[in-house]
Amino acid sequence: MAYIPHTDADRAAMLAAIGVNTVDELFDAVPAEHRFPKLDLPKPMSEMEALWELQALANANAAANEYAMFLGAGAYNHYSPSVINHILLRGEFYTAYTPYQPELSQGTLQVIFEWQSMLCALTGMEAANASHYDGATSLAEAVTVAVAQGRNKRRKVILSPNIHPHYRAVARTYHQGTATRFVGDKSGRATLDDLIDMLDDNTAMLVVQYPNFFGQIEDLTGLAQKVHDAGALLCMVVDPIALGLFKTPGELGADIVVGEGQSLGIPLSFGGPYLGFFATKNEFVRRIAGRIVGETVDADGRRAYVMTLRPREQDIRREKASSNICTNQGLLALAGCVYLSLMGKHGLRRVAELCYQKAHYAAKQIAELPGFSVNTTLPFFKEFIVTCPRPVHEINTALLEDYHIIGGYDLGKDYPDRTGQMLIAVTETNPKSEIDDLVEALREITKG
Amino acid sequence: MDTEKQAKIIEPVIYDLGSAGRKVSTLLPECDVPETELPSELLRDDLDLPEVSELDVVRHFVKLSQLNYAIDKGFYPLGSCTMKYNPKIDEDTARLPGFAMLHPMQDPDSTQGALALMYTLQGWLAEIAGFSACSLQPAAGAQGELAGILMIRAYHVDRGDTARTRILVPNSAHGTNPATSSMAGFTVVELPSNDDGDVDLEALRREADESVAGMMITVPSTLGVFDKNIQEIIKIVHDCGGLMYMDGANMNALLGVIKPGELGFDVMHYNLHKTFSTPHGGGGPGAGPVAVNDRLKDFLPGPVVTIVEEPNELEAAPLYGWTMPSKSIGRLKAFHGNFGMHVRAYTYIRMHGDEGINAISRHAVLNANYIRVRLADTYKVPYNRMCGHEVVVEGHFEDAPGIHALDISKRLMDYGIHPPTNYFPLIVPEALLIEPTESESKETLDYFIEVMKTIAAEAKENPDLLHSAPHVTPVSRVDEVLAAKQLVLCCRPVTVG
Repeated sequence: MAYIPHTDADRAAMLAAIGVNTVDELFDAVPAEHRFPKLDLPKPMSEMEALWELQALANANAAANEYAMFLGAGAYNHYSPSVINHILLRGEFYTAYTPYQPELSQGTLQVIFEWQSMLCALTGMEAANASHYDGATSLAEAVTVAVAQGRNKRRKVILSPNIHPHYRAVARTYHQGTATRFVGDKSGRATLDDLIDMLDDNTAMLVVQYPNFFGQIEDLTGLAQKVHDAGALLCMVVDPIALGLFKTPGELGADIVVGEGQSLGIPLSFGGPYLGFFATKNEFVRRIAGRIVGETVDADGRRAYVMTLRPREQDIRREKASSNICTNQGLLALAGCVYLSLMGKHGLRRVAELCYQKAHYAAKQIAELPGFSVNTTLPFFKEFIVTCPRPVHEINTALLEDYHIIGGYDLGKDYPDRTGQMLIAVTETNPKSEIDDLVEALREITKG
Repeated sequence: MDTEKQAKIIEPVIYDLGSAGRKVSTLLPECDVPETELPSELLRDDLDLPEVSELDVVRHFVKLSQLNYAIDKGFYPLGSCTMKYNPKIDEDTARLPGFAMLHPMQDPDSTQGALALMYTLQGWLAEIAGFSACSLQPAAGAQGELAGILMIRAYHVDRGDTARTRILVPNSAHGTNPATSSMAGFTVVELPSNDDGDVDLEALRREADESVAGMMITVPSTLGVFDKNIQEIIKIVHDCGGLMYMDGANMNALLGVIKPGELGFDVMHYNLHKTFSTPHGGGGPGAGPVAVNDRLKDFLPGPVVTIVEEPNELEAAPLYGWTMPSKSIGRLKAFHGNFGMHVRAYTYIRMHGDEGINAISRHAVLNANYIRVRLADTYKVPYNRMCGHEVVVEGHFEDAPGIHALDISKRLMDYGIHPPTNYFPLIVPEALLIEPTESESKETLDYFIEVMKTIAAEAKENPDLLHSAPHVTPVSRVDEVLAAKQLVLCCRPVTVG
C-alpha cells in the first residue's frame, strides 16, 4: 500500500521528536468538523492487478497498433524511432524538475538549447522557446505577443478559417477576458484575399496555417508584405514534418511560427501530452512567454546553459507577466530533439517525401472510385479532401467494423458546408497494401 | 577552433558531432508507391539538421542525462513541487499500445476504454477534493488556474454581474496566481499576511466589496501552514458575492485530511505531476484538472466525458461520450488534455486506493514536521508551528553575515542533495522552502538534517566553502548575467532578412 517506507518504529520516533502522540495531532489547525473525511475510493490494488485493469481498458480501444490509420486532423501516426523511448525513460531526464538549478540540470538545459536551435533551422526563424502545452496554446500565446507588440492598441486578430478549429477555439478561450477580437473565420469560406481585405490599423496579427487544416499549401507569396504594410504581424501555424520539404516560414516572411510537434516522434496518446512550439524573430524575443535557454559560462570558464530572460516570467513579474505559463513540455522537447537528431538533414526530408508520395498515390486511387472526388485545386502535402457519396460517419463505421481501418476526419463536424467531405491523412507508416485496402473498402462500402 | 576553449566544453552540441553526409539509414522504408513529381517551386533549399549516426545520438543524450540530478538519483526536497517517487509502473501503463496509439479524433465508439478511464478519474478527483464535477482538460497547474478564473468570470457575467473586476491574492501566493488573474482581464489586489503567516483579515474585510470577483488562495499556504481563519476568509469573500479559488499545488498536505469543496471552495485545480506523482519531465508535461461545485459545473472547460447511454439488458457497460458543458468557457487545448498523464494518475490512485491515498498526506506532513523540529535549533523557522507538507526556514545567520540562502543551496549539492526552493515565498527573507514528501525514509531525512547542520557550521567556520560551492557538480556556478547579455539562444544562427 502506497510508496511509503515508514516502519512503526520510525513513526514513533518521529512523533516523539515532534512532541505529539499520534499522526492525527499534526492536523489540529484544520477545522475539526471537516477533518479526516471519508474517501469514497476503491480498495488498494497491487501493481500486478492494476496492470491487468489498465490493460483491459487499453484493449477496449481501437488503436493504430491493430488498425490501419488514415485519420490526421492535427495529430498524426508518424513513426517514432526506438531510440526516443529509451532516452525518454532515462530517470535522469523524466524525474527531474524544471532546471532552476543550472549546476544540476545541464542535461535538460542543453537539450532545450539544441531543440531551440533545431527549431530555428526548421522554421527559418531566429529564436525559439522551450515549448508550450500544444500547438493550439502556442497560437494563443502568439496572440498575446502580437497585441503587446501593437502596444495594446491593435486588438483585432484575423484568423484564416483554414486553421485547425480547435486552435481557433483555444485562442478565443484564452482571450475572452480581454478586448482582443477574432475575425476572419466566421463563414468558414473566407479566401486569403478576403483576409487581406480585413487588414487595418487596428489589426495586431493575421494567422494562416501551412499546410492548412485541409492539407493544402496556399500561395502565400506577397502575403507578409501586405500584412507588414498594415503594421501587423504574420503568424504561421505549421506542420514540422512538412518543413522537411517545403519553403520555410522565414522565407515567406512570417514573424511568429507556432505549431504542434507531436509528429516528431511523440505518440498519439489520445491527444496528449504533445509539444507546442514557438519560434520568432530576435526583435520579439523579450515579449514571448515560456522558458528560454541561453548559452553562458560557469565560474571556471566552462560552457554552460541556463534559463535566461527570466524577468519576463510569472514567478518574478507576477501580475505584470504576459502569461502565467511555468510548466512547459520539457520531456516532449527532448523527444522532438532526439527525433530531429536521428532523422537529421536527410531523414526528415525523406519522411516528408514518403508522406507526399503516399498521400498522392492514395488521392489518385480514391479519385478514380465511382461517386468519390478528390479536391486538388491546391497543392497538398499528406492530407486531402475527399467528397464521398455516402455520409462520412456511415463510411467510417463500416471501415472500422468490417475492415479494421480508422477512416478520415468528418469535416462536416466543423464546417457545415463541407458535409459529406472526409479529410484523409497518409503518412510514411501506411504501406501501399494498406492504402489499397482502404481504396477497396471504400469501393465496396459505397457500391450499389 | 581554439583548443583551450574546446577543452572547456563538457559535451559538444549535437551539431558538432558527426560529419557531413552521415545519416541513420535504418529507420525508413523504401517508397512502395509510384512516385509523383515534387512541386519544385514550393520546396526549401537546405535543411540545417545534424548529420550523425544512431550511436552518436544515443551516446550524446545518455551523456546529457548524466549531467542532470533527478528524483531517481537522490533526495529532492524542492518546496511547492512535490518531488515524490514516480512509480515505474505508471510509465508502463501510459505506454500500453491501446492508449499510446489511440487517435484523439476517433469516434467515441472506438475509444471506450480511454473514455472510461477519464470518466472514472474525473469522479475520483471530484471525490478526493469534495467537488461535484471535474474537467481533465487543463495541461498544467497554470492552465487549471486560468480555467478556474475564467469560470469565475463567466459565472458573474452570466448573472449580469459585470462590475466585478478584481481578484484578491495573498502576498504569499505563487506568481502564477496574479499572472493568471491579469491574463483573464482582472485587476489583482494583493493582501498582506499577518505575523502568523495567515491572511490579514482586516485587510481582507477592507477590500471585500461588490467589485471583487473572487479570491485565489493556496491551502496550506506557501509558507507551509494551515491558515487558522480559512473558514472566515471563505465567508467574507462569499458574503461580498465573490467566489473562492483554491490553488491545489499543495494538495499533498490535504489528501484524506480535508475536502476543499466541503470547506466552501468553489473551484480548485490539481497538479497531477505533484499530488499524483506523474513525472515532472524536466519541466513538463504536467496536467492541471479543475474540480468545481454545482455553482460552476456548467462553466467547466470542455468537452468532458459523460455517460451518454446507461448500461441496459444488452450492454453491461455504459456508453461514454463527449459533452460540452452548457455554459462552458470553451476549449483550453486541442483535443482532450494530457491523456498520458491521466493514465499515470489513474494507475497511481487505483493502486493506492482509499487506504493508500489516506496515508500519503499523513506521512508527507509527518516528514515535514520532523524536519522542522530537528532544524529549528540551527535555522530560523519564521512560522514555527505545526506545518503542512513543507516547511520554510531562513537561510542566513547573524554570525555569518556573508552567507545567503543561495550559498546554502549550492553547498547542499556537494552532499548529493537537491536544494530546497529558494527565495520563495517572497515574504520570507532568504527563504528555503523544504518539502520532503512521503516517499522519503527517516534515514534520508536524518542525513539531510545532519548535512544542513554541517553546512550551518561551515557557514561560520569556512564561509568560502559555501561561496565557492558547488564543487562536485558538472559545472560550477553559472553566469546568468552573461547569458542575458549575450543572448545566445541557438547554436546555428539564422538571420531573417
